[in-house]
Amino acid sequence: MLEIYLDNSATTQADPLVVAAMVAALQRDYGNPSSLHRRGAVAERLVTEGRAAVAEALGVAPDEIYFTGSGTEANNLAIKGTAAARKGRGRHIITTAIEHPAVLNACRAVQDQGYQVTYLNVDEQGVLRVADLEAALRPDTILVSVMHVNNEVGSVQPIRQIGALLQSLPLGQRPYLHVDAVQSFGRLELDPQRWGIDMVAISAHKLHGPKGIGALWVRSGVQLVPLIDGGEQERGLRSGTENVPGIVGFGVAARQAHRERAAVQKRMTAWREKFIARIRSAIPSVRLNGPEHGAAPHIINLAFPGLPGEQLVHFLESKGVYVSTGSACSSRQPDSHVLRALGVPREAGAIRLSLSRLTTEAEMDQAADVLVAVVRELQRLYKGRG
Amino acid sequence: MGGLLLIRYGEISLKGKNRREFENRLVGNLRRMVGERARVQRIHGRVLVETVDGIDPYQVGEDVSRVFGVVSVAVAERARLDLQAIQTKAVALVKGIMERRGLVHPTFKVTARRSNKSFPHRSLELNRLVGGAVLSAIDHLSVDVHHPDINVHVEVREREAFVWAEVWRGPGGLPVGASGPGLLLLSGGIDSPVAGWMAMKRGIAIRPVHFDSFPFTSERARQKVYDLCQVLTAFQHRISLTVVPFAAIQTDIQTHCPEGLRVTIMRRMMLRIASALAERDGICALVTGESVGQVASQTLESIYTINAVTNLPILRPLVGFDKEEIIARAQRIGTYDISVRPYEDCCTVFVPQHPKTKPHLGPVERAEKALDVSALVRGAVAECWQVDFTRGAEPPAL
Repeated sequence: MLEIYLDNSATTQADPLVVAAMVAALQRDYGNPSSLHRRGAVAERLVTEGRAAVAEALGVAPDEIYFTGSGTEANNLAIKGTAAARKGRGRHIITTAIEHPAVLNACRAVQDQGYQVTYLNVDEQGVLRVADLEAALRPDTILVSVMHVNNEVGSVQPIRQIGALLQSLPLGQRPYLHVDAVQSFGRLELDPQRWGIDMVAISAHKLHGPKGIGALWVRSGVQLVPLIDGGEQERGLRSGTENVPGIVGFGVAARQAHRERAAVQKRMTAWREKFIARIRSAIPSVRLNGPEHGAAPHIINLAFPGLPGEQLVHFLESKGVYVSTGSACSSRQPDSHVLRALGVPREAGAIRLSLSRLTTEAEMDQAADVLVAVVRELQRLYKGRG
Repeated sequence: MGGLLLIRYGEISLKGKNRREFENRLVGNLRRMVGERARVQRIHGRVLVETVDGIDPYQVGEDVSRVFGVVSVAVAERARLDLQAIQTKAVALVKGIMERRGLVHPTFKVTARRSNKSFPHRSLELNRLVGGAVLSAIDHLSVDVHHPDINVHVEVREREAFVWAEVWRGPGGLPVGASGPGLLLLSGGIDSPVAGWMAMKRGIAIRPVHFDSFPFTSERARQKVYDLCQVLTAFQHRISLTVVPFAAIQTDIQTHCPEGLRVTIMRRMMLRIASALAERDGICALVTGESVGQVASQTLESIYTINAVTNLPILRPLVGFDKEEIIARAQRIGTYDISVRPYEDCCTVFVPQHPKTKPHLGPVERAEKALDVSALVRGAVAECWQVDFTRGAEPPAL
């Protein structure tokens, strides 16, 4: 049967090169990087190589990369680590209402410890206004945490402008800028050094790498308190024996993504526009959630009034096309905080299609045909309901 | 060393001429429950389960106390037909219980029975003799014949005596299989697994049927039903589930039938298909989790109209239960947590905002003329598939 996987923002299929490298790391080079003997040295070298590949893809120095167990952990480390390290300087954090739960719930956790958090709203396209951020800044603001690409609707936040704004503040009053780049790393241009960012959270499994490995880039000089105490791996910021196969897989995945990024981004942008145009001409009532232009090219969020998103997912699945409602991380919850923040009405069932560098144009064309057929079928069934 | 479980069964000893068969069924079900862990044998009016070396009789006893037909399970000691031997066992038993439960000044009594009339001491005498031996052997113990902490039972039989003091209650009922098979309509909700359990309690070997609405529902809804079947194998060793693909029929109903009657017609289609499956397999009753008045399709008028499509008896064991009672029972059976997973089952898709609560037969039958009912039923029976579940085995994959 036809199988078109368009849920790459939930997770991706591991690249065969990634798998091969990981198998070798598990089986042949299985040592603990901390061991003094040769097995340890070999494993340590693998970690060094993985770190270098990830750092290169992000355009940063390898010794500023700290591996974690997930993108979620990296976000938690950035937020809770900053809160703990800078509490003497202030207790105010600014973020947005459309962050991933990894950020929102980490913020709520520090809120419970007496910190104040401002959740900025976004416009109806899902984009933060820099002026709103500027107005929310206070002398005691210690952290600004803004995602690069929203995982549900693909809106791209003005990180570069936010970085410039914060850089213009006097050094003593400058909050750290943390960017959740789980949905953008390896897919969109991101230059943490030049954009004035202090921390970036990334994850491997969104890039055809393995699950269970993420990383936080931390600009040197930024002070964080670790979440986990132990054997002082990752220069004390993340204890626990290094996930050597995960790091190896992450390195391979990051290198592949980085090499093809510009070309992939260009073709995806064209396919996204074509796809949306085709759906619109066949189903005029469709609603595009997120920005018309300037959205991340790999995320398409569409709403079909009157149709339940969950049944759209299963009908598409029965025809071999895999998509998700909202985001996979929260699709068990009946409602999407992101779509509500964008002012999308509750009744419109939304689905998210997300592409990867392995997606082909033919798959996008076929998926458009299947989607149109499924929506028409369901519209017929739901006609006159209620 | 192994231990001994003494099993009492109630109701089935009342059924004069079928008794033998029922007892054999119970022994067979017990053997399947204990597997290699114990030997099961029948002695007059009781079943003995002797665990093999190294197997904890308490663990086996807990399993055995789930078997339908079992009224009670006791962890017993064997004694020679000799007063002193019985006294010694009784003393050891009481000591052991006091230690295990940490009792300091417990009360006790002895309840003796003598079915072997050639044994020299009569029951009342035995109570006194065994009680006296326990009292003099253990300090800080007193007699309470009304509410004792420890009730020491002595049963003197033809060849040996049994002594026990700890009893689990079994579920009672009839051994599964004693009453022939019944087709259970299993939705994945809270009610139908409980209805299945109740049917099994009356000796019915259930054959669940699930109406699968994929892609209107998630495959996780099907997984839910699989998991429920696996849980129910704790009570019925093997369960064979029939999955009926139902989405096409739902689509047909949705397209051709008036909104207010769709639920009624959908349920009539389910009953027709279930009846056809029952007929095919020689099964003479259906079992559902319906209760009266819970939802629109369960008013008496609605039950009447839905029921009209079949001549098979439909057993509705939950009819006398409130929702809270059903939930409490589902929790005890172990199906509740599975049933409440948040995936829609076939009954919740397409439910109109205002279903008719009193659908009359005439309009429903007229509305069904828009469907090729017999072809739909035949198609569903032809396309359904079987999934088998066995106690203790890996559950089948989706």
